[in-house]
Amino acid sequence: MHIFEGFLPSPWWQIWFVISIPVIMYGMYQLNRLVSKKREIVPLLAVAGAFIFVLSSLKLPSVTGSSSHPTGTGMAAILFGPAITSVLSVIVLLYQALFLAHGGLTTLGANVASMGIIGPFVAFIFYKAASKAGMNFYLNVFLATAIADWVTYVVTSLQLALAFPAPEGGVMASFVAFGTVFATTQVPLAMMEGALTALIMKYVVQIKSDVLVDLNVLTSSAVTKLKETMQ
Amino acid sequence: MKLEYLVGIVVLIFAAQFFYGLAANPGSEFGGADGAAEDVIAELDPDYEPWFGGIGFEPPGGETESLLFALQAAFGAVIIGYVIGYYKGKGESN
Repeated sequence: MHIFEGFLPSPWWQIWFVISIPVIMYGMYQLNRLVSKKREIVPLLAVAGAFIFVLSSLKLPSVTGSSSHPTGTGMAAILFGPAITSVLSVIVLLYQALFLAHGGLTTLGANVASMGIIGPFVAFIFYKAASKAGMNFYLNVFLATAIADWVTYVVTSLQLALAFPAPEGGVMASFVAFGTVFATTQVPLAMMEGALTALIMKYVVQIKSDVLVDLNVLTSSAVTKLKETMQ
Repeated sequence: MKLEYLVGIVVLIFAAQFFYGLAANPGSEFGGADGAAEDVIAELDPDYEPWFGGIGFEPPGGETESLLFALQAAFGAVIIGYVIGYYKGKGESN
């Protein structure tokens, strides 16, 4: 659930564009370099982008009595890092802003910052740290993507709180109010997204593990171990 | 198959939280959280009017909107299925 068109006043919509644009540009540079150097990753890149398309179209009901949708960005973040994920998110967010009146063009900067950059960045850092610490791969994917999903909506709440501080209690009070709406609703959805991402990653390990080694997602010894336990 | 079972359990937990949500919020239509956030904005700043809008296509109603969301999901699902099938077939023929 992205921030509606026109719902961020100046200077906030500009600020979020200023933050997002350099990351998107760096992501495009990284993407170009990766695609020209390693052509074999293109199908996997398509899967990561398609995964964002599918997951962000599913509006799921939550325990709070509201619906929201997962982001699907955790998988791309783990495979390709947050900068490339931001580029993939722009595609999805533009589609939804232009054809579905969902999100918006003036709020695109803020929505890319939450869904395409900050959430994925947290997932990426978590994944790398946990895999260094030797956490089980699928548990790691589950947690990293669930956290990315949830953090996305915590950031959305913060973005709205900064733009609409409460007359009493200021930004903090607004943050609590928006957080109750977004972050609480998102908890069951984040869990679902983590589980789905872990499952699709299992199939990637099964059929195309060499690309994962190539992208430094897994070491070749970790892949061998995973394949042994799979049988 | 172990992971598939665990995912199945998560799906069941998800269904359970939904039914709990249904019982705990009688009469709720499970509208979007973005709509709920709009209500919060209306409370915090009753005079706020969205200052921009009208660019892009706005679905005339729920039916067209659900079509476009379904197309979005179908498009993504076709790509995922195609690539996974392609890799699998390629792996088996080697």
